[in-house]
Amino acid sequence: MQFVLEKRTERSNTIALVSPLIAIGLTIVTMSILFAILGKNPVAALGVYFIDPLTDSYSLQEIAVKATPLVMIAVGLSLCYLANAWNIGAEGQFLIGAVAGSWIAVKTQGTDAGYWVLPAMLAAGAAAGALYALIPAICKTRFGASEILTSLMLVYVADLFLDYLVRGPWRDPAGFNFPTTAEFDPVATVPVLIAGGRLHLGAIIALIVVAAASVLLGRTIKGFEIRVVGAAPRAARFGGFNSDQLILLTFAISGALAGLAGIIEVAGPVGHLQPGISPGYGFTAIIVAFLGRLNPIGILIAGLFLALTFIGGEQAQIAMKIPLDVTKVFQGLLLFYVLACDSLILYRFRLIFASRQVSRGTG
Amino acid sequence: MELAEAIILSVLAASTPLLIAATGELVTERSGVLNLGVEGMMIVGAACGFGGAWLSGSIIVGAVCGIVAGTLLSLIFAMMTLGLAVNQVASGLALTILGIGLSGLIGAGFVGERITPAAHLHIPGLTDIPLVGRILFGEDAFVYLSLALVVGVWWFLYKTRAGLILRACGDNHTSAHALGYPVLRIRMYAVMFGGACAGLAGAYLPLAYTPFFIPGMTAGRGWIALALTVFASWRPGRLVIGAYLFGAVTILQLHAQGAGIGIPSQFMSSLPYLATVIVLVALSRARTGGSTAPAALGTVFVPDR
Repeated sequence: MQFVLEKRTERSNTIALVSPLIAIGLTIVTMSILFAILGKNPVAALGVYFIDPLTDSYSLQEIAVKATPLVMIAVGLSLCYLANAWNIGAEGQFLIGAVAGSWIAVKTQGTDAGYWVLPAMLAAGAAAGALYALIPAICKTRFGASEILTSLMLVYVADLFLDYLVRGPWRDPAGFNFPTTAEFDPVATVPVLIAGGRLHLGAIIALIVVAAASVLLGRTIKGFEIRVVGAAPRAARFGGFNSDQLILLTFAISGALAGLAGIIEVAGPVGHLQPGISPGYGFTAIIVAFLGRLNPIGILIAGLFLALTFIGGEQAQIAMKIPLDVTKVFQGLLLFYVLACDSLILYRFRLIFASRQVSRGTG
Repeated sequence: MELAEAIILSVLAASTPLLIAATGELVTERSGVLNLGVEGMMIVGAACGFGGAWLSGSIIVGAVCGIVAGTLLSLIFAMMTLGLAVNQVASGLALTILGIGLSGLIGAGFVGERITPAAHLHIPGLTDIPLVGRILFGEDAFVYLSLALVVGVWWFLYKTRAGLILRACGDNHTSAHALGYPVLRIRMYAVMFGGACAGLAGAYLPLAYTPFFIPGMTAGRGWIALALTVFASWRPGRLVIGAYLFGAVTILQLHAQGAGIGIPSQFMSSLPYLATVIVLVALSRARTGGSTAPAALGTVFVPDR
């Protein structure tokens, strides 16, 4: 007796819709087992993780705040992955965007610079992120170097560069030697949407990004080219699409979005540049992109869900002393289950008994 | 001279985990599977290896724990990519994310503990030879093991029938399948071997390199090991050169930091990562004539029935 995969004659649309839900269900079952192993009550732990953050307005805002960078980065990554270009260095592009934008904030600090500061910071963040993402893209298209490895290596470089800046030239002289810049001036800060709240303008920008990506993918030739190059490279070649150009384009867009997310995070919720501004947004966004089925609207929902796990994880640590690493385990498992369930869209399982002859011509 | 000896000793120690992990990944990739989860398997190997050694007091038990942990994780990957025909790049990333979380959970209880690191070989007379004695005859067992592993893998890949079949699966899985070889099973063994090596490489870090466990202690070594297979053009012999070169970059930048030259430490620390990028670009460019990568690397195979 053995399991075999059998190719479906056409992709199953029903499974395409329900597969993320099946994946979430399987992850939650696995997590319950893990909680039990850790000696925690699974029902109570799941409640703290997934229900409690939805019950008060502070946590709800916090979910939106965390979802903002995740959604922005994941939308960019989804374009890359659709074009079969593997940008996994969004974390580095996020950090470089934060650094470039902060440069303007640091240089204008204490001057009477006007309202151009924040727009300039956002533009600098996006531009720097795009340029940083173009390094692995050019290494790929010009020299054929694996973009997976080069984009990842640049994450470590960006992290060390940021660390150098906040410990060296940009350190706040009045900061008691903590590795951080001074708090940004009000003109260099992303405004909040509700007075006294945490929800900021970045959330609106993320929504605009989602809408723009939907239009790009659904209604433009470029979007069509991106999808064809990824899904059917040979057809794309016959169609005369330039795949190198599309790699550069998708990397630049995803880098720009990651960089923009980086500077928004620093100029918004954090308020200054310091190490550890990202709890791994660039990597979690990879999961968001896949959970959202590489579709902008799907990514919006997936981003909110993954943000919920961040908040739930923090609350579970405080309320039930569950280690924060459980959140990472959860995220890794979720990605596995999502990918496994996606396999069911193209294939079906068949149980084959050795004693019976496999009939030919089926499937 | 003492300094030179100390530097060479530390280069060998820094290179060994890279060499072990890269050797395992090389076998995996020669069978046609790209497992990007090396970093995840290594870090779990480090946590389990340290845990095993700390609880049992034995380095060997620790190493075995690391190997078992790496193999188990690689089996998840094999199930996904071979059993369910899932994209290998995405599955490898998932494995790394999962591994980093798991290692934090497993290792949480051991942070701050210390063990006695793996003993170094001492042969009276030979080890005491000035200059070369300690370098040749005074290493820990893992260093010799890693070199034996490379020789063994070279012999297996190029001198045995099984190795030829494994390479055939990596170059053209359809033909290998048509000849009646169980492509998926062969690839599963190759993935498991890669996992075992990654687990051992991870365990080396807390067992011999630094006698304690800290979360994230692999610090990208798994990714560098992946780059090394490209550097080596998928040949075991060149892996040794590559691993020792990278070990040398790591150690020399540490010594340069210690010597207090005027360059900020963060720039020196980023050298191994920048070197990886530069090497990848230079080597990929050098062989524009034709790739030396296994032809079927990273492609999904579903046997036709």
